[in-house]
Amino acid sequence: MKNNYIYTQFKACAENEKLARQIIAHFVSDLNPTLDELCDIKTAVSEAVTNAVIHGYKNKAGIIFMSAEICKNEIIVEISDKGYGISDVEAARQPLFTTQPEMERSGMGFTVMETFMDDLQVYSKPDCGTKIIMRKKIANND
Amino acid sequence: MNILVTNNTLTVKLCEDIDHKNALDIRKQIDSEIGKRPIKTLIFDFSGVEFMDSAGIGMILGRYKLLNAIGGMVYINNPTKAVLKIIEISGINKIIPIMYNNESCTCEVK
Ligand SMILES: Nc1ncnc2c1ncn2[C@@H]1O[C@H](COP(=O)(O)OP(=O)(O)O)[C@@H](O)[C@H]1O
Ligand SMILES: [Mg+2]
Repeated sequence: MKNNYIYTQFKACAENEKLARQIIAHFVSDLNPTLDELCDIKTAVSEAVTNAVIHGYKNKAGIIFMSAEICKNEIIVEISDKGYGISDVEAARQPLFTTQPEMERSGMGFTVMETFMDDLQVYSKPDCGTKIIMRKKIANND
Repeated sequence: MNILVTNNTLTVKLCEDIDHKNALDIRKQIDSEIGKRPIKTLIFDFSGVEFMDSAGIGMILGRYKLLNAIGGMVYINNPTKAVLKIIEISGINKIIPIMYNNESCTCEVK
């Protein structure tokens, strides 16, 4: 199927990081991604969902919204939270930037999302939440 | 996860996805071993890991700092393609040696 979409909502918790990447992996399989492409997408999704859990909601209760769309040979994933938000998105996107060094965060999440996907957009407002939109074209689908 | 100790070397063989959730458990188990014995070398065996995100990078770096502080050393053994990719993007391969050595998997089980 060359045009498809899903909308999901789930509890913000560490257990659902794996579930989220499995859902997207399953969804994108229609485009016949290579194992490398699949792994790239799963990693980017894992980064965004983890950020929503630990930074967006600071490990407290919350709902994560994840939707995905297949548009021709491209997958578009949107992940958002209604958590604390980011005051300086540009700074947050820099490699090694983290507000949680004591939790052994590496500050590489946004860098990974940018590198593993074709495009990354970040929208955030303090006390309102954060929305991540990522896109990736799958090369060899027929 | 499989922990092997021979002399002052701790070999940690990981066989699962490494994400935020598991990184915390792995960290706790390794740190408790290091607390119990005079460990000088920590070897991560990644041959069984098909997925790792940046939480794994934080976990490896944290152990590197710990070992570094006590004059020890950390090595990354047998990374799969997926693990190697994120290791290289993060740049930790500049400070932590990567090797491909099957021996570490066959150490005596504790
Ligand atoms: N969903 C989010 N809500 C609030 N803050 C966020 C969110 N995502 C990222 N951030 C902020 O951006 C920083 C950088 O994120 P990232 O690159 O993933 O590194 P890390 O998660 O290792 O800290 C985080 O430390 C946090 O301050
Ligand atoms: Mg992150």
